[in-house]
Amino acid sequence: MNTYYGKSVFGGIAIGRISVYKKGEQQVKRVKIADADAEMARFKKAKETAVGQLQGLYDKALKEVGEANAAIFEVHQMMLDDDDYNDSIENIVRSQEVNAEYAVATTGDNFAQMFAAMDDDYMKERAADVKDISERLLGVLSGNAAAGADTSEPAIIVADDLAPSETVQLDKDMVLSFVTVHGSLNSHTAILARTMAIPALVGTPLPLDESIDGKLGIVDGGNGVIYVDPDEATYEAMKKRQQEEQEKKELLQTLKGKENVTLDGQKVMLYANIGNIKDLAAVLANDAGGIGLFRSEFIYLEKDHYPTEEEQFQIYKQVAETLAGKRVIIRTLDIGADKQCDYFELEHEENPALGYRAIRICLTRPEVFKTQLRALFRASAFGKIAIMYPMITSIKEIKRIQEVVASVKAELTEQGIAFGEPEQGIMIETPAAALMSDELAKEVDFFSIGTNDLTQYTLAIDRQNTKLDEFYDPHHPAILRMISMVVENAHKAGIWAGICGELGADMSLTKEFLAMGVDELSVSPGSILPIRKIVLETNVEEYKAGK
Amino acid sequence: MKEFKYVITDPEGIHARPAGMLVKAVKEFTCDIKIAKGGKAMNCKAIFGVMGLAAKKGEEVTLTFDGADEDAAYEAISKFMQENL
Repeated sequence: MNTYYGKSVFGGIAIGRISVYKKGEQQVKRVKIADADAEMARFKKAKETAVGQLQGLYDKALKEVGEANAAIFEVHQMMLDDDDYNDSIENIVRSQEVNAEYAVATTGDNFAQMFAAMDDDYMKERAADVKDISERLLGVLSGNAAAGADTSEPAIIVADDLAPSETVQLDKDMVLSFVTVHGSLNSHTAILARTMAIPALVGTPLPLDESIDGKLGIVDGGNGVIYVDPDEATYEAMKKRQQEEQEKKELLQTLKGKENVTLDGQKVMLYANIGNIKDLAAVLANDAGGIGLFRSEFIYLEKDHYPTEEEQFQIYKQVAETLAGKRVIIRTLDIGADKQCDYFELEHEENPALGYRAIRICLTRPEVFKTQLRALFRASAFGKIAIMYPMITSIKEIKRIQEVVASVKAELTEQGIAFGEPEQGIMIETPAAALMSDELAKEVDFFSIGTNDLTQYTLAIDRQNTKLDEFYDPHHPAILRMISMVVENAHKAGIWAGICGELGADMSLTKEFLAMGVDELSVSPGSILPIRKIVLETNVEEYKAGK
Repeated sequence: MKEFKYVITDPEGIHARPAGMLVKAVKEFTCDIKIAKGGKAMNCKAIFGVMGLAAKKGEEVTLTFDGADEDAAYEAISKFMQENL
């Protein structure tokens, strides 16, 4: 058994035959030619063919791995059309009276060197793109493009590095894992492996020869290891881990892409809670219908100064664009109580949970609130953002928020800055708001029930005090009645209501929530598919009848 | 001739994909368009030149427009930069 260590791109276990990817590097000869015009015509024809191939790859990639991964082939087409690149080739053909192959290879090397020498890791990677398009042209010119790996059966693909055109041409069903000797975490192979969610390593010093080709291999993606010719103990241990992971994955995979609809046709939105921009990958990987709670306070907690409008705008815009039209509910600053930020200089309080926090800070420090609202309204022009205000207790607070919002919009309009019209809703997390939900529903676009605070305020039990555990009942009928009432009041006013607290992910209550008519559950990304499973198996009418 | 200065705000800078989008946008115009950073001016219609600048977030680039449709190009491209880069 040989063990090699690399950098982990994506976790998971892959067991299978190793297939070493053989580059189709063209042997280029320098040949004198007599007719430069004919040679240029031959080059132009080859270029057209290459552009056509790239368009085909773009279409294939678009279907298989999405627009973001496909875009590179559009860029490759532009590279082939680049004036400097073409001028260089033509210049070599005409001035040296040599064949197009030689001119393409020389130009490709020169341009690749220019990128490789750049002081920027991302740009260094682009040298591979230049080589890739040049190889493609050479393949067309010489009429042979026999590159590839043996993928007649599922295999672990091991390569020096893989160009995007090489990865896209591989039959995805036959790829168990990617392991590359070179390449960075930013390389196309790494990006593709993450999209495909298969174990992958980069920067793994493997010998690309018969000592590994065709041998049995095991890739432990999470630990960044590949075993070649594993011994029995390793094989058994890995096989067991793979099976466990596989069972989990299969269950969830079968649920991806399915609509959240019960057996009797009731629909519910399953959204994700996130507390950091890093969670976005998990949101997409778990097939969330949107983001139901984006805790904006992380932007404040990570800084030692008030985040600027621009800093916030960039983050909100990125989230909105990443979710591409799906709803992103961003909760305005909820600081105070257990979440403290030094530069806010909040005074010590006897009873912080009932104290100066969330919307109470925003309404008394309008400059902080306005900065965030400006960023949110501007970012709304880039996606489906919804704004959610926390800790609401009264209509009066909503009126005050509406005044601030009106002045923010007036300012943006006056300054000629583009902004969108986000939905605006409130958290229902105080008993006051729950009891007034019929009135509040007339003023806002949606409700989201924050069960953590609603429970502690309703039961008058401090969640942090472990001595009270025996009195704390998260399923207390008072809470369930309140949720039911809030949902009913929302529907009467024609708005939707969801749950974003921990109770939303409590799977023993999912059926109950469906029976109440809850429109949305926002849970941690990992809970989305397990809850979807319950939704798909539930018949709401039968459940109600059986109660 | 018209000139436009812009500080890159995209966290990744003008990397391959935005460079492609920019080149596509400027090719709509017939006038000569150059993009420069730190005194190094490149043909904005050639993707290698644009990528070769390796303009990062916070760096200033200068675009110059020279030719018949320079006004329209200036309008469209300055808007494009603000929206995408």
